[in-house]
Amino acid sequence: MTEFDPVGVPYRERERSVTMERMGEEPVSGTEAPVEGDRHDELLTINFGPHHPATHGVLRLLTTLEGEVVRDVKPIIGYVHTGIEKSCEDQQYWKVITFVERMDYLAYYFNAMAYCMAVEKLLDIEVPPRAQYLRVAHMELNRIASHLFGLATGALDLGAITMLWWGCRDRDLVLDLFEMSSGQRIHPRYFQVGGVIEDIPPGWEAKVREFLKIMPERLDQYLNLLDRNEIWLQRLKGTGLITQERALELGVTGPLLRATGHPWDLRKAMPYSSYEHFDFDVPIGLHGDNYDRFKVRIEEMRESVKIVEQALDGLPEGPWITDNRKVALPPRHELATSMEALIHHFKLVTEGFRVPPGEAYVAVESPRGELGCFVVADGSAKPARVHVRDPSFVNLQSLPDMAKDSLIADFIACIAMLDPILGGVDR
Amino acid sequence: MPDATGLELIAQRVRDRLGGEAVRDTVFFRGEATLEVAPEAVRATLAFLRDEDAEPWESLMSVHGCDYLPDEPRFGVHYQLLSMERTDRLNVKTRVGIEDPSLPTVVDMFPTAEYQEREIYDMFGVVFDGHPDPRRILMPEDYEGFPQRRDFPMGGEPVLYTFNEDSYPRWYD
Repeated sequence: MTEFDPVGVPYRERERSVTMERMGEEPVSGTEAPVEGDRHDELLTINFGPHHPATHGVLRLLTTLEGEVVRDVKPIIGYVHTGIEKSCEDQQYWKVITFVERMDYLAYYFNAMAYCMAVEKLLDIEVPPRAQYLRVAHMELNRIASHLFGLATGALDLGAITMLWWGCRDRDLVLDLFEMSSGQRIHPRYFQVGGVIEDIPPGWEAKVREFLKIMPERLDQYLNLLDRNEIWLQRLKGTGLITQERALELGVTGPLLRATGHPWDLRKAMPYSSYEHFDFDVPIGLHGDNYDRFKVRIEEMRESVKIVEQALDGLPEGPWITDNRKVALPPRHELATSMEALIHHFKLVTEGFRVPPGEAYVAVESPRGELGCFVVADGSAKPARVHVRDPSFVNLQSLPDMAKDSLIADFIACIAMLDPILGGVDR
Repeated sequence: MPDATGLELIAQRVRDRLGGEAVRDTVFFRGEATLEVAPEAVRATLAFLRDEDAEPWESLMSVHGCDYLPDEPRFGVHYQLLSMERTDRLNVKTRVGIEDPSLPTVVDMFPTAEYQEREIYDMFGVVFDGHPDPRRILMPEDYEGFPQRRDFPMGGEPVLYTFNEDSYPRWYD
């Protein structure tokens, strides 16, 4: 690889550059002229994606096959790179939330959470307890929705199409709840710097409890459908193995790491937003195969149901956003009577708030692992740098390890259970 | 996070091991510990913190690039270290100038850094010497310029469609 200089090589040639010979590795077998009549040894390089339904987005996998066995995988990403991080540098702090939510588009609350927490850290402001609990409730509902959709599309890849309808049906129940509390089904921009934008509407709690009642039953139904299905078991058990050491080396976090038996969960290890008040377990797997990943996600949904229940039971009274008027908008009714409120409102909407210079990195446990947000403030009303450590981006590096020397059918199962979100990978 | 005293102790251990020049600065801000090291010492520092230090930092969670434009040296590269045992984080930071924006790679120590270093090269043009696959990652391979630099303008790029592909000579090369 060292003697290969990409400058000056035509683009089409460079696309071919990622084959095994170019990588400088030993060809597995038979890249030399195949014996007449026996063509099984020939290596075949195919483009898996970018537009392939099983890649969960626009992910291109340059796959080298020997017969039906995957010998090498090179993920090629960047097809949905929209420069969100660059756009963030041109927006006021409170407008950036809209942008970061669109990175990992199934776990939008978590993106907003990591970003808001980083800015809150820079501003050194407290979030009122009610806002913390509301954030937890929304994030855990979002975790359920995200896992459901991942499971639904993952099962579709493996041919279990019923799961797609069931998963999307139940994810819709969560989206209805989001619509009721924040006005949007996805990308709600509900979390604000300093709290949440609105208190929950009357009747929301009852609707959530209704959902929490049916969700465990639904999870049992999924298990009845999938966990006793011979095809499902055979396609997941023992495939996509990755050891705990390798997963840690590659920086893999979230359900993928927990499936290898490592109980690393930021909600437990480094609690934020009052997670230390909640009683929940961290499900782990034993082998680190695709089946464990599936089971860990199912059990995580059960734990999320428990957390939302506790968050509703213990929901503290009080304000839902900080009363620091330099950061949060004043309540609407004050605008008619208070000159100061009007000035604050005007300054916040036109100029935004200024953040003292500094750097902060905050990580939260998203459905896919550690979602970290790094914000550099230079004292102006716009961030100098917003970088998101997206778990899908880092976890994707483990795909070649999982898929190497497995059948191409298991490779599909690996992508399905890796559950990468390409919006988060490319940002 | 290590507290301010803990950070000074870490800095002192690094200085003892690698010489006084290795550590440029220590910053303790809002409970976050940042150890600023010289660019030539970054590999040795990370190796020391990972393997030899009394309080080892075995995981690298994230690598961030950053452009502090009016300031010199311009680019900052941050290594977010994590100790899962002590549930503690440490930020190791280094600054490189625009004349020679290069750093040694840490992919052999932390394989997780492979994509992240490629991303920093892609976005800021910081070259990681010894990286196993030093290509662009998010931008197209034939892209010119480093878009996350602060002096790189937003927008204004021609977008290639079928109707205007003839106006870009040999775009398919």
